[in-house]
Amino acid sequence: MPALVIALIAIAFFALPFVGLLWRAPWSTAWSVLSKDHVRKALLLSIKCSLAATVLALCFGVPLAWLLARVRFPGRSVVRALCTLSMVVPPVVGGVALFFSFGRRGLFGQYLDRWFDFRLPFTTAGVVVAQTFVAMPFLVLTVEAALRQLDRRFEDAARTLGGSRWYVFRRITLPTVTPALVAGSVLAWARALGEFGATITFAGNYPGRTQTMPLATYLALESDPDEALILSLVLIAVSFIVLVGLRDRWLGGAPRPVAG
Amino acid sequence: MIAQSTAGVSARIALQLGALDLDVELDVQPGEVVAILGPNGAGKSTVLRALAGLVPIDRGRITIAAASGELVVDDPTAGVFMPPEQRPVGVVFQDYLLFAHLSALENVAFGLRARGVARADARRQAADWLERMGLTDHARHRPRQLSGGQAQRVALARALATEPRLLLLDEPLAALDAGTRADVRRDLRRHLESFDGMRILVTHDPVDAYALADRVAIMDAGRIVQVGTLNEVTAHPRSRYVANLVGVNLVSGVVHDGVLATESGAHVVIADARAGPTFAVVRPQAVSLQRESVATSSVRNIWPGTVVDIDRLGDRCRISLSGVLPLTAEITVAALDSLALRPGDEIFAAVKATDIEAYPA
Repeated sequence: MPALVIALIAIAFFALPFVGLLWRAPWSTAWSVLSKDHVRKALLLSIKCSLAATVLALCFGVPLAWLLARVRFPGRSVVRALCTLSMVVPPVVGGVALFFSFGRRGLFGQYLDRWFDFRLPFTTAGVVVAQTFVAMPFLVLTVEAALRQLDRRFEDAARTLGGSRWYVFRRITLPTVTPALVAGSVLAWARALGEFGATITFAGNYPGRTQTMPLATYLALESDPDEALILSLVLIAVSFIVLVGLRDRWLGGAPRPVAG
Repeated sequence: MIAQSTAGVSARIALQLGALDLDVELDVQPGEVVAILGPNGAGKSTVLRALAGLVPIDRGRITIAAASGELVVDDPTAGVFMPPEQRPVGVVFQDYLLFAHLSALENVAFGLRARGVARADARRQAADWLERMGLTDHARHRPRQLSGGQAQRVALARALATEPRLLLLDEPLAALDAGTRADVRRDLRRHLESFDGMRILVTHDPVDAYALADRVAIMDAGRIVQVGTLNEVTAHPRSRYVANLVGVNLVSGVVHDGVLATESGAHVVIADARAGPTFAVVRPQAVSLQRESVATSSVRNIWPGTVVDIDRLGDRCRISLSGVLPLTAEITVAALDSLALRPGDEIFAAVKATDIEAYPA
């Protein structure tokens, strides 16, 4: 019984802020806020950038997860810590780090600028980079755990049937870790959608170019609190719909049992 | 990589894997079924994994006869290692390892698809295999919807669909409950007979070996200790493992002047006029137990021992003795009662020399 009471308190702790938000929401002005030009731009930019960041996290994160799960090499735990550091440090710190490495005067950024005439800071590409930087570890850790739990004998069986390493990875390994891929992608996407600190530090706050929903929300809080409320509700609604849609089936964590 | 030869499979496999030190030689003739029989941890499955290419060998050489001649699939000295997907080897794994996200049909078609057979063609061939296995109704079922016996047949069809020269079966009946084992064993035997390649079967159950194999190779602690038909092997055991399977006492030592001396220092009088390293089999029924150390002219062997364990099997009991010559004796319950034996009792075991069968080690 005490455990139940404590659990109910925990639920209330998560639910009450949203109740407060819904209570204060200026429903009558909702539509006019949402039809504002800079709000529509921020929403669109958020969706585009967070999806791009998720795709990048998948493209780079899956091979990285595979490396960490399957290849033994010296310093693997150090590499793993390094690759998940951005998940732990304050996002602003990540943004500062990105700025001093890939900024126009940064250690590497100056060459991007000089050789390719390519600049990341204060561009939409910079937003995507900042979001990928903080979001990818969620995918890497999820997929790595699934790859570790996977029964390697199924891959052996597929090899003896004539499958090359790549064919087996495609047709056996990936389908088996699909739940983890989905769960990891969703976590990474949610993290990218909510990303604030690294984005504002590295990419700034230019409407239509780098101003995503969280940035717009924060700025609106100073000038127009009602607008901030509406924007918050939009972000909450989008996240909640996705989480409920995926439910336990995908977010349960463990890879699908592969029965004999 | 192709050379001339006549044998089907010729393998010398030596490798170190954790605590396992494996060194075996194994030959399989075309069309033959060989069972590797041995206790858990003997290295049986590792032999199969080496043949399949799932674990490289450290020393030795594995060749498989193919249509074009002898195919060297693993030879570390020559720097040859053929990866599993290129070997003409099919494997039925323990627990079958069917792919859970694919239907029975897709499981069987997997090997053909992996080898580049077009989708429709692969599915048609897979359907033929399932029909041959009597599984047409289950073609669209996922593995978890299949019974143990059905899963085994899908696994067999999947392995055979790629037309391997050598089929490996790892404990093909171990995953089944006792009720269905006999039926599945009979089915498996029928399906194995219709496959004309070479077959190697790993099992720890002599019943499987007897039903399915032409020859058995007894494996213990990483070595093959005996090869022959099951009858030959059980008639003259050369390992404690086989002796225990058959339920006889195995004594090994060196014979000199009609007396076999064991390493532990026991002396066994045998009726045989041989000399040198020798195995001797003492059937438990031939061992009689007595409270006094009285030898007669016909009973030439008397050893003291301590009763370790008493097992009742119907109207007979098996008495395990420890001592300089550990033995199992089988006596009647009446004899047990008259001796009033209890674990821990000191007793004498007597065996006639003519009841001991000796053969060269």
